[in-house]
Amino acid sequence: MTGRGDSDNRRNRWLWIGLAAPGAIWLLVLFVVPFYVMLAVAGGGINEFFQTVVPIWNPLHWSTWNFSAVWRDIFGSGAFLGSPALRTVLYTAIATVISLAIAYPVAYFVSRYAGRRKVMFLVLLIAPFWVSYMMRMLAWIDLLQQGGLFNSALSSVGLPGNTNWLGGKSITVILGLVYGYIPYLILVLYAYLDRIDQSLLEAARDLGLSKWRTFWHVTIPLSKPAIVAGTFITVLPMLGDYYTNQLLSGAPGTTMIGNAIEGQLDAPGETGQGAVLALMLLGILLIPMAYYVISTARASRDA
Amino acid sequence: MASTVDKAVTTPSRPRTVRLPGRQGANPWRRPWAMEGFTWLYIIWSIVPIAIAVLFSFNKGASQSTWQGFSTKWYVGRGVTSVLHNPSLHHAVTQTLVLAVLTTVICVPIGVGFGIGIDRWRSRTSTGLNFVMIFSFVVPELLLAVALFLLVTQALTFIGLGTEAEVAGLVVWNISWPAIIVRARLVSIGRSYEEAAADLGASRLGAIRRVLLPLLLPAIFASAVLVFASTVDDFVIVEQLSSTAATQPMSVLIYANVHGGLSGPALNALATIMLLFSVAAALIGFVAYRWMTRGERTSGNADALTSIAGI
Repeated sequence: MTGRGDSDNRRNRWLWIGLAAPGAIWLLVLFVVPFYVMLAVAGGGINEFFQTVVPIWNPLHWSTWNFSAVWRDIFGSGAFLGSPALRTVLYTAIATVISLAIAYPVAYFVSRYAGRRKVMFLVLLIAPFWVSYMMRMLAWIDLLQQGGLFNSALSSVGLPGNTNWLGGKSITVILGLVYGYIPYLILVLYAYLDRIDQSLLEAARDLGLSKWRTFWHVTIPLSKPAIVAGTFITVLPMLGDYYTNQLLSGAPGTTMIGNAIEGQLDAPGETGQGAVLALMLLGILLIPMAYYVISTARASRDA
Repeated sequence: MASTVDKAVTTPSRPRTVRLPGRQGANPWRRPWAMEGFTWLYIIWSIVPIAIAVLFSFNKGASQSTWQGFSTKWYVGRGVTSVLHNPSLHHAVTQTLVLAVLTTVICVPIGVGFGIGIDRWRSRTSTGLNFVMIFSFVVPELLLAVALFLLVTQALTFIGLGTEAEVAGLVVWNISWPAIIVRARLVSIGRSYEEAAADLGASRLGAIRRVLLPLLLPAIFASAVLVFASTVDDFVIVEQLSSTAATQPMSVLIYANVHGGLSGPALNALATIMLLFSVAAALIGFVAYRWMTRGERTSGNADALTSIAGI
């Protein structure tokens, strides 16, 4: 059968190429080329008079001017990019751990124990997925205002109710990140956990393992790919996030690397440095992204 | 029926199972109360704030913490900043719809074609293109948005910032939905139907049109719903690629006005309208998906739900 499929494929090659071509061209022109432009801007110079970017298209002529400027901003004296970079790593790590701690039990419960109510639980878990990120942040801004419902609720139980939660608190930003990205994590975890063969767990129990040991020695190893995929799904967007802290704090004390990229991109004469920062972030993320892409491609080939 | 049974079981005052001493003997099919309670807490935490925000878009006053009576004035009222009568709010709704429709109309056909083509045309090039497509799925949106911003301002300056750039960027950001979903469906369909059609004398193109496309229709539809909803909700790409207020969709307008500017319930009203667009798309998608996959072995509410959410 495969032999016939192959000869078939050869005959119809141009049909398949034709079908794939529009998407392929779109991806090349608007996904691959833009990143080359980013390189050209990062390796380019600036017009001193107009403070505009002068991209250099020939890689042989790329200058390291923007790179060294960014290097000084991170590590040199008077560096102002070091703390946003550090904060990004810290916020992302804490928010990811909290997200996993919340999402795993929820996804585990719905995939294993929801029974006939599974559809109801799925509707409730998927609901936030259909609500825009902006709406979900706006909802919390309303609640966390100084005269907002959250502070009233606190003071009604005798706690201090005049905290300015939106005035640059790290905890607000971290929980905002958790709130923003956790629906995706839960859905990914659910999709994986739902496919775990229940009979393996029953076998473990039948062979005398306790509930906790079954969980630890069977369920957790089986859900490792789920945890890895879910972590990617939350970490990658968090690292490029600039709006959550802008919305929930707006203070310079909580800015992340995304804010630095966005800020420099729009600042006259610093566009090139914004491009360098974006490339640095891309460079750091290339390894986890490549891992994810290769494992996804392998999974779809095996399927 | 099922709900009454469940209610009886979930009443915590009357535990149905007897707790036995020692873990080994405990009933393995006992309901995990703690986990269920935790799940409900999560659900409340994830949904209640949004419900409150929707509620206060109907507030009579401008407060977002004190209920002053029901009113639709932030939607249609005159003399206040309402969505209908404030030009910038009004315009943002239109812009969001324009972007969502254009993106869906362009993205879904080329994504579906890409998915089918890549799946069947097995070669080094198609493997490479598949990698590029999955990369576009995982790259942080900000990085893609910055790259596209530089593309339209430094290289392809004839595009420039504005609606054209927004649509171009949204299409590339969403193209992986139809491609990935269609490929997954192709794997589950297999080749036999097409081969049967070919054996019965259908041309290759005829087999695609008459056999493959109808079988792919639920997947295509699910991806269209996803692309539409994700375009409505998109923020990063449209923020970087919009130029003036005239090309700002709802999400950008909300972001720009949350701290000062057009604050108050009108923003909640705008966000509620955005929510309605997505929910409408999801509902239509769910019903249509169920209808299209009726009679299939794997069909069911859970399958339809996860399909239109892209999982």
